[in-house]
Amino acid sequence: MFRVILSIGGTDVKAIQPDHIQHYLDNHVATPLFVHVETTNGAYATHNDPDFHNAGMFIRNAKIEYSIGQIKGNGPYRVGLKLDHGWLYVEGLTDYEMHEEQLLLAGHDRLGRLACALHIDIKPLPQGASEVENQ
Amino acid sequence: MNGPLLVIFPHPDDEAFSSAGTIIQHRQKGLPVTYVCLTLGEMGRNMGSPIFTTREELPKIRKHELEEACRMMGIEDLRMWGLRDKTVEFEDEAELAGRFRALIDEVKPETVISFYPGYAVHPDHEATARAVVRALQEMGETRPKFLGVAFDRRTEDELGQPHVIVDVTEESEQKKDALFAHRSQTEGLLRAIDNAENAHVMELLQRERFYHYPFS
Repeated sequence: MFRVILSIGGTDVKAIQPDHIQHYLDNHVATPLFVHVETTNGAYATHNDPDFHNAGMFIRNAKIEYSIGQIKGNGPYRVGLKLDHGWLYVEGLTDYEMHEEQLLLAGHDRLGRLACALHIDIKPLPQGASEVENQ
Repeated sequence: MNGPLLVIFPHPDDEAFSSAGTIIQHRQKGLPVTYVCLTLGEMGRNMGSPIFTTREELPKIRKHELEEACRMMGIEDLRMWGLRDKTVEFEDEAELAGRFRALIDEVKPETVISFYPGYAVHPDHEATARAVVRALQEMGETRPKFLGVAFDRRTEDELGQPHVIVDVTEESEQKKDALFAHRSQTEGLLRAIDNAENAHVMELLQRERFYHYPFS
């Protein structure tokens, strides 16, 4: 069963190699891009610990362009994109996967739970009914 | 229960945790079960340890797991509505209730299982519960029976003991299989089962607990 999951799921998730990420970011300056940005503590954080203040956000398929894109830090990493009218910033990134023009950056805690994500693609990321039908 | 069963939940695995044994019993009687799963749980955060998936791959895995769990439970009519995890509460509630009403008119269930509003913890659960109850409320006396799943910490203090407790001891192995099918979500739970370390987990495998809703 686990083998089946592995063959469906991404097996290419790797610890971030900053040079590899920087190369992608440099190559996509001034390019119209779709992004998914997210932070999360998990939906049950407050259920499991009533004193925990749960916070999180995601935005999916926002369209952006940036003039400077950089990855910084020694791991976990930070990425900042200088947008036409502001900034996109994510910290806590640990792992990545790249497929052609798609870059998936994620920050995982020690238990493998997603804490933050920044996905970038030149085309919209799958959404809603298309995810159900096409997979 | 002697007629069609309609199960409505927002995330793959909600049905396995709350109702797998009840569903299996229903199918063993040869009665139809329709399961509407509103999202693919795309925003789940367990990516495995070691990491085995990404945010973008997770819906594919969870869809596969959902289909597998439905096979384990004998559900032949699975409908995936393609809403997005975490966003159900921001959909138009009246419209969602209308979709549920059309579904009920089509499936003609004797019983509907979903979450119980106010005691379902996750915002998607609450939104689903509100829309289901709204659809049923509007049906008046023609409404099917409703079995609501409540698991907020306040539940027993405020609602009392469950109105319906289904003994699923005989189906507990199959229920475990259904839970196991949702492996991306249940690995930690399954370790707890193996160690028989958690009374709550053992209870989950033996008894399923539901509340009636006080429709006006």
